[in-house]
Amino acid sequence: MTRFPPDWLARNRDLVLAQLREHLELTLLTVLIAVAITIPLALLARRLPRLRTPLLALTGTLYTIPSLALFVLLVAVTGLSRTTALIGLVAYSLLILLRNILVALEGVPAEVRDAAVAMGHTPRQLLWRVEAPLALPVALAGVRLATVSTIGLVTVTALIGYGGLGRLFLIGFQRRNGTALLTGFALSLLLAVAADLALARLERRLTPWAEAAPARTGGAT
Amino acid sequence: MTALWRWLADPAHWSGPNGLAQRLGEHVGYAAAATAFAAVLVLPVALWIGHTGRGRLLAIQVGNLGRAIPTFGLILAAFTLFGYGLTPVYVALVALAVPPILVNTVAGIRQVDPEIVEAARGMGMTEPQVLWRVELPIALPVLMAGIRTSAVQVVATATLAAVIGLGGLGRPIVDGLAQGVTYNPAARAMVLAGALGVALLSVLTEWGLAAVERRLAATRGGATHWNITD
Repeated sequence: MTRFPPDWLARNRDLVLAQLREHLELTLLTVLIAVAITIPLALLARRLPRLRTPLLALTGTLYTIPSLALFVLLVAVTGLSRTTALIGLVAYSLLILLRNILVALEGVPAEVRDAAVAMGHTPRQLLWRVEAPLALPVALAGVRLATVSTIGLVTVTALIGYGGLGRLFLIGFQRRNGTALLTGFALSLLLAVAADLALARLERRLTPWAEAAPARTGGAT
Repeated sequence: MTALWRWLADPAHWSGPNGLAQRLGEHVGYAAAATAFAAVLVLPVALWIGHTGRGRLLAIQVGNLGRAIPTFGLILAAFTLFGYGLTPVYVALVALAVPPILVNTVAGIRQVDPEIVEAARGMGMTEPQVLWRVELPIALPVLMAGIRTSAVQVVATATLAAVIGLGGLGRPIVDGLAQGVTYNPAARAMVLAGALGVALLSVLTEWGLAAVERRLAATRGGATHWNITD
């Protein structure tokens, strides 16, 4: 029988805060690592167009593998550790980020690029002064999408001993405690919505000249 | 790894009430039913929104919010509400399948060239005819991409049905994890078999539906007289 103990939240405030903190840490680390991996990959795919399709296919296949299965397969290799959780989470962010960064860079008009070259920009200057700022809105839309999807995926790592707020789902489920479950659910939903809004705001702040860019989701090619 | 081969080589792990064949059937059953139900539920509404343009922003909001829902939590929450059975699984899987179908269908219909729609009206087509004969065929590839995204996500997530005591390919994963994988090679082999099976099924779903899409786009492209791309 599921119970909804009303005082559970007050008695377990430290637990809830600790899980919220773990959730934020895992999300932040995942997105930072994934961005750090994706930017060089995207630049590589720009330099060597032959690599574009294989890179997207590889990250696309990783994205397709069910999260629980991937975490479990990774546990067999790297053991029950935070590294396992992080590797799995990063793997899921790669496709979203790579696709958005590539689309963003490819969206820079050829005339703009030609004009910059004609003005004497070196390839490096072209990238950082012209292409990067123009690509920023779409690239940031990818970061936003990756962040929201990571916040949801973090909860699944509860099954391999992490999980942030996902651990509250499991506690609630195993002890038939509806308050714990709903607290975890509501907080992770709120976290995702808050991150989405905050990053949308950052996007507008950083690129006041751009219209809101549509994000490229994982599945639809 | 050798433990995995030994586990897979045992015919008892393939057939019978707990065999992989049975689990595969359950898994595909949950996923197909949930995706089909979501499509039947969403398509009429999404086509109407796309055609009239009414409620478009609401549809985008629903799509965004839907992405933020942690499906793992939703399955467990639905379980505490409805108890043991298939209902919690379908609640969570359908909720997961709705946003991509909704967003892609609306976007697909909206991006049909307005001049083509006007031309169809000018030829005397009624509004349902415009939607059915002009907008829908042009939007079909984008619409199908949405269904594919949903189907792949649902196949992947149906794994979690095992957490609330049901079947599917998540069963060997959850059972193996419960037996403790660290010191038990047989449990580890069972977990790996389930994980590999479900990973393979997801990738095959993605590839299979992508192939259907290309096929459909090719025949549709041949049958229509206008140029879809521009």
